[in-house]
Amino acid sequence: MDYEALRFIWWLLIGVLLIGFSVTDGFDMGVAALLKVVGKNNDERRVMINTIAPHWDGNQVWLVTAGGALFAAWPTVYAASFSGFYLAMMLTLFALFLRPLALEYRSKIDNEQWRSRWDWLLTLGSAVPALIFGVAFGNLLQGVPFQFDNLLRLDYTGNLLGLLNPFALLAGVLSLLMFVNHGAAYLQLKSEGQIKARSERIASLLSLTCAVLFVLGGVWLWLGVDGYQVVSVIDTNGANHTTDKVVEVVSGAWFNNYGKQPLLWLVPALGVIGFVLCSLFSRLTWHVSAFVSSALAMAMVLVTTGISMFPFVMPSSLMPNHSLTMWDATASETTLSIMFVVACVFVPLILAYTAWGYFVMRGRLNEQQIRDNTHSMY
Amino acid sequence: MDIVDLSRMQFALTAMIHFLFVPLTLGMAFLLAIMESVYVMTGKQIYRDMTQFWGKLFGINFALGVTTGLAMEFQFGTNWAYYSHYVGDIFGAPLAIEALMAFFLESTLFGLFFFGWERMSKVKHLAVTWLMAIATNLSALWILIANGWMQYPIGSEFNIETMRMEMTSFAEVLLNPVAQVKFVHTVSAGYVTGAIFMLAISSWYLLKGRDLPFARRSFAIASAFGLAGVLSVIVLGDESGYEAGEVQQVKLAAIEAEWETQEAPAAFTLFGLPNEETQHTDYAVKIPAVLGLIATRSLDEQVPGLREIKENNLKRIVRGQQAYDLMQRIRAGDKSATTLEAFNAVRDDLGFGLLLSGYTDDVLNASPEEIAAAVEATVPKVWPLFWSFRVMVGCGMLMLLLFACAFWHSARRTPDKPKWLLKFAIFSLPLPWIACETGWFVAEYGRQPWAIGEILPTHLAVSSLSVSEVWFTLISIAVLYTIFVIIEVWLMTKYARKGPSSLHTGRYDLETTHVQEA
Repeated sequence: MDYEALRFIWWLLIGVLLIGFSVTDGFDMGVAALLKVVGKNNDERRVMINTIAPHWDGNQVWLVTAGGALFAAWPTVYAASFSGFYLAMMLTLFALFLRPLALEYRSKIDNEQWRSRWDWLLTLGSAVPALIFGVAFGNLLQGVPFQFDNLLRLDYTGNLLGLLNPFALLAGVLSLLMFVNHGAAYLQLKSEGQIKARSERIASLLSLTCAVLFVLGGVWLWLGVDGYQVVSVIDTNGANHTTDKVVEVVSGAWFNNYGKQPLLWLVPALGVIGFVLCSLFSRLTWHVSAFVSSALAMAMVLVTTGISMFPFVMPSSLMPNHSLTMWDATASETTLSIMFVVACVFVPLILAYTAWGYFVMRGRLNEQQIRDNTHSMY
Repeated sequence: MDIVDLSRMQFALTAMIHFLFVPLTLGMAFLLAIMESVYVMTGKQIYRDMTQFWGKLFGINFALGVTTGLAMEFQFGTNWAYYSHYVGDIFGAPLAIEALMAFFLESTLFGLFFFGWERMSKVKHLAVTWLMAIATNLSALWILIANGWMQYPIGSEFNIETMRMEMTSFAEVLLNPVAQVKFVHTVSAGYVTGAIFMLAISSWYLLKGRDLPFARRSFAIASAFGLAGVLSVIVLGDESGYEAGEVQQVKLAAIEAEWETQEAPAAFTLFGLPNEETQHTDYAVKIPAVLGLIATRSLDEQVPGLREIKENNLKRIVRGQQAYDLMQRIRAGDKSATTLEAFNAVRDDLGFGLLLSGYTDDVLNASPEEIAAAVEATVPKVWPLFWSFRVMVGCGMLMLLLFACAFWHSARRTPDKPKWLLKFAIFSLPLPWIACETGWFVAEYGRQPWAIGEILPTHLAVSSLSVSEVWFTLISIAVLYTIFVIIEVWLMTKYARKGPSSLHTGRYDLETTHVQEA
């Protein structure tokens, strides 16, 4: 396999990891964000928490793996995005700190105030990352103000407030609502009674909202956000010459790939359809279908973003020629091929034992089960 | 303080706090697997209760291990961006493999360990516990392969086109002798930590005369496991001394305060007061020949002293100046064969040129004072290394004594352990943590001034951030971690005091008087 093919495969694999993160960790973050909305009393909240209790930790590893894969496969992208979005990343990190502690500690002490505080922290720890991930993608689409010096050291001129611009906030809200919606779809599958009924209502409303925001984001991207395009020839089989290409900033350029390959319009279309179906199935109480539609919609939103930006992964608004693409910001051929083999071996294994884990813990939870096992459950 | 100091402080803080939780996870995971194996083999309920009770404490600890572990992964990118770019091609791979091979498995099984008791057969659950234990250790293996490469970067070379280090041999990175020795030394330290934790708490129950059958069994398992662990730590610690003698001579010389090269075989300085000013160790108590034996496994090879190392580094800095200059010319577009050839001849010393760039604006024409300052910097401060190393070894020896006594008494099956032994065990509780932290301090402070040994100096590895941003995150992390650690220790103490009664099985002491808590 040549360098070019490996680079393309790694673009796909990073996408797979991000999709894996959003459809798994997405629902546990969603459930946690809904904790105080859907759970009206301690028993109900305990049911909600225990639907995700055996899985959140494994789910979160999709995020850790995406970070690790970024480090290994696109080291310069990892460096530029994590340091460029410094405060946003650190706030995400602080929020993520709270989740393991809240889940593990909340039911360790039988005290209303103790539990209530951890519940708020759990909600905060799940909602903030969900929002910031969207904000980050919103900023990637607009370009990020960085450039390199001749030792390829990064210089970043943006700040946290600059990240919180209207388009990015729209993307952030979409991302948050997608996660919350996904959490509601999951709760339909795993709970009974009131919790299930409330989740159905929430999902049927939220998924339509997501569809609207997604379309709105697309229109905004077309009319109000300039895209990037490479006008020189990148040697896709050669060493990275990250700063040597020529890049133009053009209105509508983020739609070039759809113009070249109209079949790709199916992807955003499936995103919208996924949301609409999720709403419909939630109303019809077809729970499995609702969850699958929600997962499909989330995946398609990510793929839509990836295709729009292809081959860019982190465009530079300060120095467009220094933009990072999936052709010229990758690891060496050796590392990409080793990591490809590792991924081929382990990703199927991971999917297999994760599936087994869900199978072992299958079934719905109710308040009675929580009360019967009060000392062994979260 | 500048951005480099602040970033280093933040990294040191997050790494050292993270490592309060990691060794306990490493050790407890295997102890849980052992206890559950006894349960499955004998069918005795008490071993299941032991697995569940110690499992609760394991869970409280694991949550903070995960939390503080996230910070480690984020920080290479957030605070060490040039590092990530410069060595990500090699360093990123073991981290990504760790996630794919180990962390996924460990985290998925963590949930099943706690919530799967009633949903799986005994044997399946036991398999889950064993795999979780193996996965935590595999996780340590990959992290230490990455860390070993920072100490001794083999299997890679500099690529001027991409301006970074690139992997040339994955096998060399994997089989790095420093990493292999470190792995066994570190996981064994984890086993000792887990064992002391269980031993100390069981001793406390024994001393109080409560939950005796439960505590005796826990004591016996911990003492056997701990003795094996502590022996392995010490043997492998000696092995690291040998590896350091081979490949990390600066660190070894600093640990030993070996200012001058001694006649072979070198004497080992047991104690003394290293004096930076006079480059001499005052009041040194020496044991002849021992250092030479540890470091070279021979009687006639010399162990180079700090002065000799600095003299050698001066030569490398001079070559590094040329490498740096040639690199700049090539980056500016001069791709002629002669320039490339000249660069390749001095390429291995580029790191020393980069190091010098922290002391001057004009590397090629650096003044003698600037060069001298860079030479001085190639050797870390002696006394912190000298002392932390001795604290680590002292703790190790005390723990060896403890486990030897504990094992002796549990092997003799004396029903009542002597009080002094129980107290010794209780007061030994902090020892493994002190040893782990000082050990890591020796490893990482001893690597300075390099982020990647002799390749990338620490001052160049940082991100371009503002001082106020890093102050903000440093203080936030310090505050958050302090709160987390207080909560964790409080919860841990609370559950340790409750003991197995916290399982609410009705079989243990304190249960009738116990206030109902979740």
